[in-house]
Amino acid sequence: MSDPVLSVRKLVKRFGGLTAVKEVSFDVAAGEVVALLGDNGAGKSTLIKCVSGVHLPDGGEILFEGQPKTFAKPIDARSAGIETIYQDLALANNLDVPANIFLGREMKHRLLGGLIKTMDDKSMLREAREGLKALDIVFPTLTQPIESLSGGQRQAVAIARAVYWKAKLMIMDEPTNNLGVPEQQKVLELIRKLRDQGTPVILITHTMPDVFAVADRVIVMHRGRKVAEKSTSATNSTELVQYMVGALDDFAAAA
Amino acid sequence: MALSTETSTPAEAARLPVGRRALLALSRLWAWAFLLLLILFFVASVPIFSGISFLSIRNSQNILIAIVPVLLLALGQTFVIISAGIDLSVGWVMSLASVLSALALRDSFDAGVPLPLAVLLGFCAAVLGAGAVGCINGIIIAKLKVPAFIVTLGSSFIVRGLALLWSENTTVVGLPDGVRAYGNESLVYLVSGDHPAFSVFAPPTLTGDMLRHMDRILPWPVVVTIVVVGMAMFLLHRMQFGRYTYAIGGSMQASLRAGIPVDRHIIKLYTLSAVTAGIGGFLSMLQFTAGSASIGDPLLLSSIAAVIIGGVSLFGGAGTVIGTVIGALIIAVLTTGLVMLNVPAFWQFIVVGAVVIIAVLIDQSRELIVGRHAGGSQ
Repeated sequence: MSDPVLSVRKLVKRFGGLTAVKEVSFDVAAGEVVALLGDNGAGKSTLIKCVSGVHLPDGGEILFEGQPKTFAKPIDARSAGIETIYQDLALANNLDVPANIFLGREMKHRLLGGLIKTMDDKSMLREAREGLKALDIVFPTLTQPIESLSGGQRQAVAIARAVYWKAKLMIMDEPTNNLGVPEQQKVLELIRKLRDQGTPVILITHTMPDVFAVADRVIVMHRGRKVAEKSTSATNSTELVQYMVGALDDFAAAA
Repeated sequence: MALSTETSTPAEAARLPVGRRALLALSRLWAWAFLLLLILFFVASVPIFSGISFLSIRNSQNILIAIVPVLLLALGQTFVIISAGIDLSVGWVMSLASVLSALALRDSFDAGVPLPLAVLLGFCAAVLGAGAVGCINGIIIAKLKVPAFIVTLGSSFIVRGLALLWSENTTVVGLPDGVRAYGNESLVYLVSGDHPAFSVFAPPTLTGDMLRHMDRILPWPVVVTIVVVGMAMFLLHRMQFGRYTYAIGGSMQASLRAGIPVDRHIIKLYTLSAVTAGIGGFLSMLQFTAGSASIGDPLLLSSIAAVIIGGVSLFGGAGTVIGTVIGALIIAVLTTGLVMLNVPAFWQFIVVGAVVIIAVLIDQSRELIVGRHAGGSQ
């Protein structure tokens, strides 16, 4: 395995007396999809929020591209190249596709020697179209507010935005939730495409079929601890469920 | 594999039957259509009742002058409401600006400052005074997270107190005579009658009787307002500032996650809103050659009505500058026309109120026409 893109070492996060994440370590390498599996409250969201800069960990360290990092704010993680796609997508539904892809980083024309800058909507539209095409995403029109798009299409816009801005690691929080079956398939297809293009993906989920559909490895969490780390080809859903409910525990001795 | 479009509404909209599509287009353009119908109605009815023409040069200029203060309040409000905020302080901010600019102009002129410079000082006093109020509003809303409704309601009382205090509860008079020209002269003059004449910038030299035939076209306050409208359109529709305004109104979360400096932008929005109100106060001071604390407050609700009639959503995220201009025109045409039909003044309020409610109903009906898509593909 090549050098890991992300390396989490003995990460701890406490909320008052509750330890939500207990000394969890894992690596993510380029070009792999890692599923983070666990029941509600297992600590997977808290763990990932530490990586994406929402929470400041209380212990352990995060190495990104080999460098120890402290992300005090989500924007710090983003500028380092960690893009998180949340369940609520974080898109502005009243804006069109290019406006969303370029939100906060608009392309501009410089007028009067840079004194006045206007938005370069034409270039943004062109870039957005090319970015989507690279992912084989085709919309009939890009200049409608995205509230008229389906859930899967909006998910695709969020992914395209992350890809356009050269995400080095993509974290996706329950990306197939609230989607119909055909759209779930398309989102999973996109995740495979990201992996094939070399972008590692951490997939937070409790949907077993998603794990086997796209993940190369699976990490199972239970009550804040990592209880299993398996290659998906070396496990099955029955076994994973046993880890999820705490019946099996590979790291019991360490606890 | 491409994400197909079988569940998307743009495609659905294109598939709507012709009748519904026409209805949809009409619901988008209804404000234009309504304005046109109103003008046609008054053009036809006013001469019958009062024997004068509704769209005469003089009357059309009166409508434009009437629109100036309401529109200036509404322009800043458009930005604020698109960002899902509200600014209830603009009425009294306009009053404050009127008082401050009158005091600055009068006192500097009395101290020996030449008139054009004194007028400029009056402008600065209006814009800075108003801008300071807006900036404080914005800071409290953005940084201390107090709802905009509360903050601007409270500051409107404070500003009211200050305006009355500084004007000593009376009209600020004693302004130099030359001020009248700034507020009432115009860009173009047109003389009709026996000796027709036309001039730009300076009125033609006329003798007594001919003055009655002279029309002032585009008075300076109207010219200034047109410039401000142009700047607002540019700012909202062409610049990143506008994009941020829509984004914040559409989704605060998305804006924060996109790295937009949301707090700073909100402060700018409320400052902008107060500044356009301040320009309104300054222009009205020039027009009446006096500063008045009672000038702005009665216009607040009309300005919000103009914004809403113009299609700005109170939930934020939608609206245009030109929509607000149309909204303000509808109110001005309605009130002027009703006056010319000798309809008692209180009917104006009743009609404007009904138009506001109908405007929102039409906006909502758009979703019914298309058949609202619930997001997702369930």
